[in-house]
Amino acid sequence: MISSSKRSPLTYLVHATVLFLVIIWTIPTAGLFISSIRDKDQLSVSGWWTALSTSEQRIVARAHEPKAQVQEGDLFVIRGNLLEGSAGEITKFGSSSLKPEAFVVGTVADLKKGKTLEVMENGDYVLSSPDEWKGSRGQRIFYTAEVPPRFTLDNYREVLSTEGLGQSFLNSLTVTIPATVIPILVAAFAAYALAWMRFPGRALFVAAVVGLLVVPLQMSLIPLLKSYNVIGEFFGVGSKTYIGIWLAHTGFGLPLAIYLLRNYIAGLPAEIIESARVDGASDFDIFRKIILPLSFPALASFAIFQFLWVWNDLLIAMVFLGNNEEHLVLTGQLRELLGSRGGNWEILTASAFITIIIPLCVFFSLQRYLVRGLLTGSVK
Amino acid sequence: MAQLASALMTMIVGILGCIVYFYGSNILLDKIFPTKTGSAQRVSRNLRIANGVRPWLFLGPAVLLLTFYLFYPVVDSIRLSFFDRTGDEFVGIANYVWLFGSDEFFESFRNNMLWLIVVPTASTFLGLVIASMTDRIWWGNIAKSLIFMPMAISFIGASVIWKFIYDFRSGGDAQIGLLNAVVVFFGGEPQNWITIPFWNNFFLMVILVWIQTGFAMVILSAALRGIPDETIEAAVLDGANGLQIFFKIMVPQIWGTIAVVWTTITILVLKVFDIVLAMTNGQWDTQVLANQMFDWMFRGGGDFGRGAVVAIVIMVLVIPIMVWNIRRANAEMEGR
Amino acid sequence: MADVKLTHVKKIYSNKVEVLKDINLDIKQGEFIVFVGPSGCGKSTLLRMISGLEEITAGTLEIDGQVVNNVPPALRGIAMVFQSYALYPHMSVYDNMAFSLQIAKQSKAEVDLQVRKAADLLQLTEYLDRLPKALSGGQRQRVAIGRAIVRRPKVFLFDEPLSNLDAALRVATRMEIASLKESMPDSTMIYVTHDQVEAMTLADRIVLLSAGNIEQVGAPLDLYEHPVNVFVAKFIGSPSMNVVPCKIEKAGEQTSVSICPSIVVNTPIMTDTGEQSKAAFFGIRPENLVVVDTAEEGFLSGEVTFVESLGEATLLYVKVPGCEEAMIAKQAGTLNIKRGDTVHLSALPEKMHLFDDKELSYLR
Repeated sequence: MISSSKRSPLTYLVHATVLFLVIIWTIPTAGLFISSIRDKDQLSVSGWWTALSTSEQRIVARAHEPKAQVQEGDLFVIRGNLLEGSAGEITKFGSSSLKPEAFVVGTVADLKKGKTLEVMENGDYVLSSPDEWKGSRGQRIFYTAEVPPRFTLDNYREVLSTEGLGQSFLNSLTVTIPATVIPILVAAFAAYALAWMRFPGRALFVAAVVGLLVVPLQMSLIPLLKSYNVIGEFFGVGSKTYIGIWLAHTGFGLPLAIYLLRNYIAGLPAEIIESARVDGASDFDIFRKIILPLSFPALASFAIFQFLWVWNDLLIAMVFLGNNEEHLVLTGQLRELLGSRGGNWEILTASAFITIIIPLCVFFSLQRYLVRGLLTGSVK
Repeated sequence: MAQLASALMTMIVGILGCIVYFYGSNILLDKIFPTKTGSAQRVSRNLRIANGVRPWLFLGPAVLLLTFYLFYPVVDSIRLSFFDRTGDEFVGIANYVWLFGSDEFFESFRNNMLWLIVVPTASTFLGLVIASMTDRIWWGNIAKSLIFMPMAISFIGASVIWKFIYDFRSGGDAQIGLLNAVVVFFGGEPQNWITIPFWNNFFLMVILVWIQTGFAMVILSAALRGIPDETIEAAVLDGANGLQIFFKIMVPQIWGTIAVVWTTITILVLKVFDIVLAMTNGQWDTQVLANQMFDWMFRGGGDFGRGAVVAIVIMVLVIPIMVWNIRRANAEMEGR
Repeated sequence: MADVKLTHVKKIYSNKVEVLKDINLDIKQGEFIVFVGPSGCGKSTLLRMISGLEEITAGTLEIDGQVVNNVPPALRGIAMVFQSYALYPHMSVYDNMAFSLQIAKQSKAEVDLQVRKAADLLQLTEYLDRLPKALSGGQRQRVAIGRAIVRRPKVFLFDEPLSNLDAALRVATRMEIASLKESMPDSTMIYVTHDQVEAMTLADRIVLLSAGNIEQVGAPLDLYEHPVNVFVAKFIGSPSMNVVPCKIEKAGEQTSVSICPSIVVNTPIMTDTGEQSKAAFFGIRPENLVVVDTAEEGFLSGEVTFVESLGEATLLYVKVPGCEEAMIAKQAGTLNIKRGDTVHLSALPEKMHLFDDKELSYLR
């Protein structure tokens, strides 16, 4: 790329545009994360962007009930604190919903019949009345407060324990790890055979692999489901087992695995393999001692691909592992929550974030392998 | 914990089993047909036999798995589409007749067409633009990372994220969905975006574009970097300006890659059902074929015949791309 | 004893291309044989067939008296040094050299002995722990040779080993290979190159190939002084021999021919009287054309169209009227001749060559 050495206005425009795009791209995920650590009441009433800075909020609270009143001299006094320990500063207050900002903090407001209300900046309030306070419910106090951002991990706690996400997490792990390792093993051998071994029909196999790359999974599900039922009956284990889903993911992941690995292995210098042959190594020796070590980048790339794909998968898990609680994986769990707790954003945001945290970590730490895998065979 | 332990055991057994097979079969072959010691006659005969057998040892498991999980099901799906809901009774083309007569199908088909036109084009275009821009700035790699990141998120996770953005509160309450908040900020009326017929499709498509643009960007960025500098330098000397260079020199040279990216995203669009399932489950006119198929697989205990028919329609749409891919791969092989 | 014998060896690829047509070659033990020729002549294919990496379509290959057509490479008693060295990038120099012995399941002690011996011979002992990427081109080449030595083969095969080195390194490594051969007088070495200088300096005998056929086999000087056809004559020697079409004016013991087309040249070459009036080719090497002072002393006169001063020699491109192409004359040192000057050229009769209309030398 020719790079311009002068800081032309065009460069600034490019910077600005890219910055704008990056912000748009990250805001959705950022929004999710920020929401997930907000207090759940706040979540449902205000947008997450308000939580980023100290915001002005109008809140209604009730003072303590008349039971709490204390007689101080001539007056019956109810004391308390509106903020109850949380941070914030009160700026205005009022006693009726029509005029919630009638009074400035620190002053004494006259309520009806000689009662007064005083509210301090820190939330302390004093309700005093010459007569006893009657009734069972506390006085409503409207106040405007500057509330700094308040974050909590409560949502996560709730989601992990009561909503069973911990279990789903383990399930996802149980499904994903073997479903990543086994395809690599099987595909590596097959890829080497297709790249460097000579046998009839090799070109046909390669074409078949390329063709199978695009077959939509949907085509396979129904017949496989039926077969699994039959096999399950035969072995007496039912159709929804872990080994079933491992094999399914292996089968579905093989075309891409073989394609990626084969391209890479075929690109290894022929002379190294020939030299090993002249040295007397059999294909198995060559595979173990030369191909595998040299293919590490490609193996890593595919491993990441497969890991992300299996971890994020919903369809295969639902079909081959089912919906019951023991076997539900994270994605399935999330979907259930969307359905059953659709309005509870605190649960949804925290759960969603838990499902994406592992892939994100894998992504950021091993990104270049993922990119390298994508590029194999795609760039002419 | 017991579950973890037993799962761990199964994992180890499974993986060990694989290794044992590969090692064992090869060592066995070497024992039966030794190729390192013995007379030259013997050895060359053994070598010939071993070299004939070994490829199949290597390829065997893959072939079995591919046949069972991909090849046989495709064939069987075709068969099932001619049978009834349980797959036992032959009903001829009844399922096909039903499908092409159902409104639901036309809705899905129309929507799929929309998806197929909008998403690959938008993703590829945005990917190309972002790729060329980020290549010029010093923090380009970080930018690319962030734009690529959504690819790591599951479709269902993405759906939650965007459902949150599209959230709608009626009656003058403060909006917690970002889109509505922006609309309100600029003085407009908040909408329940995902229920607006026809336009809601586009709101769903935004999600897939958000995810796939990173993919397009990564590949196209590499392709752009592969363009020989000299061709660009020559164009500069010829007096071409930036835009001309981009459209007349750079884009034509990476046309092959653009096509690959475009078709890959197209295939993904056909397969994606999670987004529609999670956001609307096909309601408000957003139904797509993949979701429809999923529906029929499980609705009322599962109707295999109808589900299979929908799957076949999806497959047919994919075939042209498959053929093109195979041709391309063959051409590449010729060069080896 | 490790002779290599090829009898009627043919190689035909699956697309029916006949790469090697009918190769018959008898290589004696201890010889340093060089296969040389232009690209596509089949020299590398021939080498690979001897190594066992390519199949022999027809004919027999014998090594040490045994037919080895179907014997795998490892059992033929050969070792090969590849053009790109083919070192295993993830293994150290020691492991690279030890690899073949480990495959053959030799004892650790034996492996160590052989590897260190070879490393010593090639001055690689201090690099044994390094990875290939930490070595220079010349060092990598030595490791590749070391890998071959360790196997103690009967026949060494070299596939253009110097092509990847720069000029200075090439000369140095060439000498190393020559001295290696001297230290192993009983080993047969078969060496492939496209560079005739390497061929001339290293070979005991040269096999010159063209389009799948052996054009000539012989000692380097033999090919230089007695080329059997025009191809050999032009391939060996730089710049190439001047070969011009001519007509035999007088056949017999001292054939005279007419070139360009009116210049008569008297040669001491004998031809059959039946060759009278036939078309033929006359050849004279640039280094055998001498600048003389007058037209009478020489037989070619013309205008100098180009002068290339190399310092140690000068090349004169002379346009002789009537001759289609310029004649090149190579003179030692620097001359005071410029473009446009007229020069006269002469040559010693015994340095002249004559080829018949099938381009075969009359001097065979």
